[in-house]
Amino acid sequence: MDEFILIFRHEDGLKVASPEQIQAWMKQTMDWIGGIAAQNKFSGGNGLPFADSKVVWHNNVVTNGPFGDIKETIGGYVIVKADSIDEAVGFAKGCPVLQGDGNSVEVRKIAKRDGIH
Amino acid sequence: MEQPDLLPHLFRTEYRKITSVLCKLFGIDHLETAEDIASDTFLAAFETWTYKGIPANPTAWLYAVAKNKAKNHFSRNATFTDKIVQQVKDSTPLEIEIDLSDQNIMDCQLQMLFALCHPAISTEAQIGLSLRILCGFGIDEIATAFLTNKETINKRLFRAKEKLRTEKVQIEFPGEDEIDKRLDTVVTTLYLLFSEGYYSESQNEILRKDLCLEAMRLVYMLVDNEQTNKPYVCALLSLMCFHSSRFDARKNDNGEIVLYEDQDDSLWNHELITKGVYFLHKASQGSKISRYHLEANIAYWYTIKTDTSEKWENILQLYNKLLQIEYSPIAALNRTYALSKANGKHEAIKEAEKLNLTSNHYYFALLGELYTGIDDKQAIQNFKQAIKLAKTESDKHLIQKKIDKICK
Repeated sequence: MDEFILIFRHEDGLKVASPEQIQAWMKQTMDWIGGIAAQNKFSGGNGLPFADSKVVWHNNVVTNGPFGDIKETIGGYVIVKADSIDEAVGFAKGCPVLQGDGNSVEVRKIAKRDGIH
Repeated sequence: MEQPDLLPHLFRTEYRKITSVLCKLFGIDHLETAEDIASDTFLAAFETWTYKGIPANPTAWLYAVAKNKAKNHFSRNATFTDKIVQQVKDSTPLEIEIDLSDQNIMDCQLQMLFALCHPAISTEAQIGLSLRILCGFGIDEIATAFLTNKETINKRLFRAKEKLRTEKVQIEFPGEDEIDKRLDTVVTTLYLLFSEGYYSESQNEILRKDLCLEAMRLVYMLVDNEQTNKPYVCALLSLMCFHSSRFDARKNDNGEIVLYEDQDDSLWNHELITKGVYFLHKASQGSKISRYHLEANIAYWYTIKTDTSEKWENILQLYNKLLQIEYSPIAALNRTYALSKANGKHEAIKEAEKLNLTSNHYYFALLGELYTGIDDKQAIQNFKQAIKLAKTESDKHLIQKKIDKICK
């Protein structure tokens, strides 16, 4: 069994949603994660709030937030256990982030610390 | 004797105290000696009280006799004395002080609990030893509770005692830095001890209830002690209160399980529910949310019989969180049931089919339940599969009733 990280990319993280909309997304996300956990395939995860974020550039130039020059932002991630990339992609397909036009979920295998990978 | 229940009652409450205090004094190497002296004390009580009547203060009588027996043991057994008395500071054999004050009894029992739930000992053996030494259960009672024979239990306890010896486990309170880790093991053992009573297949109802009560008593002991009164310990006690509040309602007169929705809630113990709420409040200090917090919260919502969307949404989210920190098949199935109540049966069916718990009869029972009213043919098929996998007659009977209801 391998571990895969599902990285949520938002096309525009500054878009403002209504509290009701946020509430609905939260429930969908919690239900989606609960569904993965119910299959004993959940390893971890977190949301990445936009507040208090900086970007450090070449030559240690620091800018505020991941916004501005980069439009696309990472909103969070979960780590799942899966037998194959296809199974991990199956989990990603249910991710509520994908309801937003232009948003994406990147699926990446996590290297095992076994000295080979 | 005038009071036939007195001696068994005293055995339950006093045996563990005498054993703990003596064993603390002698060291874990001599756990059996401590047990023997405690047993001898009760034998003496039986022999004496039968003819002379029960003394005015039976507990004081037992303590006095236990003290004498311990002192006799010291003076009689030279090797024992040589070895032990070196360890018992500032004492000579005949002046040995045996402190049976309430405070010392409580301390010794707590320390004993930590010793018996030492991580070096298998969980099964921890439970067995705790039942024997801290709950005063007989070997055959433990065997009945575990659905096995006396021989197996005797062997298991013997090996565990050996382990306590070879690991040189001390009967003491763990240090500040170690207490959280050790308390974790103790709490897990008590949780399993309770579950053993609550979910046991054993037909002995009184024994099963006793097991639950004893587990609660030991948790209460932890809550009562400043160093072990942690929020998650309160959460566990709260969970146990909520569960046991339904003890009388969850089985019918034939010993068959009564499903939650069919339970007569007038049989629920409201005093225990109130206690559960009280300890849940106590548990909500601090920032760490343990599995016991989540399970106690779920159990709280189950004490509200009326179906509301708020109730099921809360239960669903609690299960979502619980599964992330502690997966179990039963939590996965319960989560899916809550999902059907909160988000509808169609979504729940889709999620249920992903669970893949195809060797678990509850899995097919859940699918049967979800398909009922949506696709009755599928429902019956799943219920039939559940019957095939169910282990007990009462479970099979219960599922058959579901099929009969559809076919009506």
